[in-house]
Amino acid sequence: MTFEQFIFYVLAAMAVVSGFMVITVRNPVKAALWLVLAFISTAGVWIMAQAEFLGLVLILVYVGAVMVLFLFVVMMLDINLAKLKEGFTRYLSLGAIAAIATFGMMYMVLGPAHFGLEVTGAPVVHGPDYSNTAAIAVPLYTTHAYAFVLAAVLLLVGIVAAIALTIRRRAPKEVLYQNIDKQVKTQASDRLRMVKMEAVVEKDLPEKEEESK
Amino acid sequence: MFDAIQAFLSTFLFDWLAIVITLVIQALVVILPIMITVMLLTYAERKVIGYMQVRMGPNRVGPGGWFQPIADAIKLMTKEVIFPRQSNKFLFIVAPVLSIAPAVAVWAVIPFSPEVVVSDINAGILYILAVSSILVYGTIIAGWASNSKYAFLGALRGSAQKISYEIAMGFALVTVLMIAGSMNLSEIVAGQQGGILNWYLLPLLPMFVVYFLSGLAETNRTPFDIVEGEAEIVAGFHVEYSGMTFGVFMLAEYAMMILISFMTAIMFLGGWLSPFEGIPVLETLFAWVPAFGWLAFKVSFLLFVFLWLRATFPRYRYDQLMRLGWKVLIPVTIVWVFVVGAMQYFKFGPWFN
Repeated sequence: MTFEQFIFYVLAAMAVVSGFMVITVRNPVKAALWLVLAFISTAGVWIMAQAEFLGLVLILVYVGAVMVLFLFVVMMLDINLAKLKEGFTRYLSLGAIAAIATFGMMYMVLGPAHFGLEVTGAPVVHGPDYSNTAAIAVPLYTTHAYAFVLAAVLLLVGIVAAIALTIRRRAPKEVLYQNIDKQVKTQASDRLRMVKMEAVVEKDLPEKEEESK
Repeated sequence: MFDAIQAFLSTFLFDWLAIVITLVIQALVVILPIMITVMLLTYAERKVIGYMQVRMGPNRVGPGGWFQPIADAIKLMTKEVIFPRQSNKFLFIVAPVLSIAPAVAVWAVIPFSPEVVVSDINAGILYILAVSSILVYGTIIAGWASNSKYAFLGALRGSAQKISYEIAMGFALVTVLMIAGSMNLSEIVAGQQGGILNWYLLPLLPMFVVYFLSGLAETNRTPFDIVEGEAEIVAGFHVEYSGMTFGVFMLAEYAMMILISFMTAIMFLGGWLSPFEGIPVLETLFAWVPAFGWLAFKVSFLLFVFLWLRATFPRYRYDQLMRLGWKVLIPVTIVWVFVVGAMQYFKFGPWFN
């Protein structure tokens, strides 16, 4: 076993174990953290397969941004675990049938008959100067340019729709809004008024006799 | 040099063992100087801010207080580590590890001089962005595992701030790699050859400012250190940490400060290139300065700016901080990406020699 193979098996085992833990662990926050580990180890496997751009972007986008937002939601929810698991066994038979059916369909499409070196052929091994970034970017911006732009517009529409659905401006009578531009432009002279006044001298208080106990 | 070590070791060891030992040596060669720099930086911070505020700073331990960071380290290491009741012990320990590990792993692709780099990969910028985006988990997990409301609020604030400013930071780097035409850090420096006017500083001046400001926010430095706003949430996400577990968070923060300074120097200030290239007298006058000397000088100056800002500015308010990130810095970067794209397309710009 070469060093690369050793690293590959470590990463692959990590991906499988953490993927299994995602669905078995009880605490949702811990499940999300296991999912993060699954992403990181998958990114490692991709980098081993000379797809370093995809691997690093997987970490950057999913681990660095998506999962953080996911964790925010999961952490702030007040989930009662005991209640959540009530009636879990009631749907066991139905769930088992659905799971077996899904697995059967996946096996038909992704089964060993369709994969392996005999079917796909040996993978191309690129030299050290191979840049995965350029290899992805060139077809993306030339042959698939329209599809790429279309996907970008779709995402933009998604963002606009999400903001339009959730934005809720209420009348200024109900809620106090801060005018940040005004706050930022505030000068000291707007807030502070210098007042000239005569000095007031306090009279000396009569000295108190010290209490003795 | 490391290939020679590996070849020598594999003559009498297993191949994989030789690789592992070489990797460990490489890691140590990079990490130890960084840790020493962190130590000196904590001392410099206290001294610089001290003098700016007309006081002495640390001056009791050793001559001129030079041994103060060592004393601090011994104090932190011998202090008891307290675990809050009902906290998640495993995650409580993992959180500081998660914040120091990426801060150290990033250094694998940073070039210190021409050819002096642990791993000269061609997706260097992407690697740095990806690995430093894992840093945010240190904050989140620390806040959640502490089982404390202040820590949790600090973690939410901190991670929201970090992922917001990461976008502006990423866009600023996109403009750099657009004009450099490469994501390899050594090639980016090589593209800035030819004196101070050919650095990316002038054509990308707004991006330089944006990158440095986002760097301040990423590393939780004043004026963006609302993560640990003492007046509001005690000490933020690490309020429950004591002893060395707290020390590790500080170590990671200072290591990231040095990293941001290195990145700014490499991206915008010409890395190890002399500013006087092509100027007749000055070039020969400063020819004795080694490549790393210039880089170290630029990095030291940027680190001084970090400390200078801390001594100068009060803390931002949280909503103003988010507004600055999303409504000021990100639009500026997006506009500048288009400007640089247009300049590249029409072959217009000072960087085309």
